[in-house]
Amino acid sequence: MKLTLKIWRQAGPQAEGGIRTYDVDEISEDMSFLEMLDVLNEQLINDDEEPIVFDHDCREGICGSCDLMINGEAHGPEVTTTCQLHMRSFRDGETITVEPWRAAAFPIIKDLMVDRSAFDRIIARGGFVSVNTGAAPDAHATPVPKENADRAFDVATCIGCGACVAACPNGSASLFLGAKITHLGELPQGQAERDTRVASMVAQHDHEGFGGCTNIGECTSACPKGIPLDVISQLNKDLRTAIRHGH
Amino acid sequence: MVGVATATLVKNSRSTRSTIALKLLMAVTGLVFIGYVLAHMYGNLKAFAGHDSFNEYAEHLRTLGEPLLPYSGLLWVIRVVLLVSLALHVYAAVTLWRRAQTARGGTKYVVKKNKHSSFSSHLMRWGGVTLLLFIVWHLLNFTVGKVNVTGGATNDPFNLMVDSFSVWWLTLIYLVAMFMLGTHLHHGVWSAGQTLGFTNSARQRLVWKRAGLVVAVVVAGGFSLVPLGVLTGVISK
Ligand code: HEM
Ligand code: SF4
Ligand code: FES
Repeated sequence: MKLTLKIWRQAGPQAEGGIRTYDVDEISEDMSFLEMLDVLNEQLINDDEEPIVFDHDCREGICGSCDLMINGEAHGPEVTTTCQLHMRSFRDGETITVEPWRAAAFPIIKDLMVDRSAFDRIIARGGFVSVNTGAAPDAHATPVPKENADRAFDVATCIGCGACVAACPNGSASLFLGAKITHLGELPQGQAERDTRVASMVAQHDHEGFGGCTNIGECTSACPKGIPLDVISQLNKDLRTAIRHGH
Repeated sequence: MVGVATATLVKNSRSTRSTIALKLLMAVTGLVFIGYVLAHMYGNLKAFAGHDSFNEYAEHLRTLGEPLLPYSGLLWVIRVVLLVSLALHVYAAVTLWRRAQTARGGTKYVVKKNKHSSFSSHLMRWGGVTLLLFIVWHLLNFTVGKVNVTGGATNDPFNLMVDSFSVWWLTLIYLVAMFMLGTHLHHGVWSAGQTLGFTNSARQRLVWKRAGLVVAVVVAGGFSLVPLGVLTGVISK
């Protein structure tokens, strides 16, 4: 395949950025999108140009690093991560625009790479359960009804990629937040800290400069893990309950 | 690594000061409006019953609750509740609007597709501004100012209404406003359900979205019937 790539280049966090156009040829449609970028980067290195900086790690769809806005869609046209996106999803001769996630809370480090540590700080404020370490308890010591276990499991698939924020016109991280709140809130182990968790995580979310949710649903259609909108309802419900309990 | 200088953890978390609390405020005041517009629309449909029914209804609103409440007492209670709700609703809307603009960051996407969101959901803010302007005009027209652009009498609610809707551009303003109200309710009803935490499954989500559509069509359609009635001559002096 032959492709024209329009890619956001930015030398550093404070530098002025802009779109640069590159041509690549002989791209196999079995390549992943990141492998296609690898080819381009080799080309650039051969030409003594600086390679394009983009984030990636596992390349198997589980770490959430590969944050790229492709033709105006987070992770491109399929419901998956960029590393799992194949070039067969594009046409030969197509022009593809590649941009970094845009949100005030995700500042650009360089080119296509953004700093998503705001998510880590939200997790640090309550995305866990506090238990004493020691001998592992029996797996079935705490029974969990299947319905709750299923919902917790489904939303625990959130990989913290930030596509929801990137796609949201309000720059809100409500889907991410809702996934974490629902995940722990469905489980018996999550009950002790339920109120403080939602209060603290929401406060950190706001402090990081994410926007408020208007329930329009762009997040869920961008989410590579298909986290549904009802986690945001759950988040709102949990916060409402926390307010009632005086938090 | 590039660190963010302001990377700090919040110490005191007050849920009442969160973006979600603002949304709760919008949802509750929004539901107050929904209750009101449903009742208001029902009242307006009395126009189809003729001059006397309509005016009697208007008068009845003023004597409601008597002698427990003074003349126009209940009406004033409703007015105060609505005004306070409107102030809170608009305050929350503006605050969240500005916050969203900052949160989106300084640079716009060169290419951005919207894949899921409805037309109505994108019209909420400007549609809300339109509604606010309309509310001001509407109160001037029929309540506070009583403006009769045809030059006729203003002390007879039914006649003022028929006179007003016999002017094409007043009818147009009204119908455009009803369209905006319809879209605002289409997304607003479901959004309120979601904000209040009532949509915790795919089924409940569908129910609230359908309810939004029904309320939008009933309210906007019901209100529109009256000017359309005047236009077609079904309602006349
Ligand atoms: C007067 C100016 C108004 C403005 C600026 C305004 C603006 C907004 C905005 C921005 C939202 C949030 C949208 C979203 O969640 O996507 C909203 C929600 C809502 N509005 Fe309004 N609105 C106004 C008037 C009204 C009126 C007159 C009604 C009722 C007839 C109404 C009913 C609602 C409802 C039910 C919601 C849903 C609450 C929620 O999102 O949780 N609004 N409004
Ligand atoms: S909710 Fe989905 S889009 Fe958002 S961070 Fe988690 S996996 Fe990514
Ligand atoms: S690189 Fe890990 S999810 Fe794509």
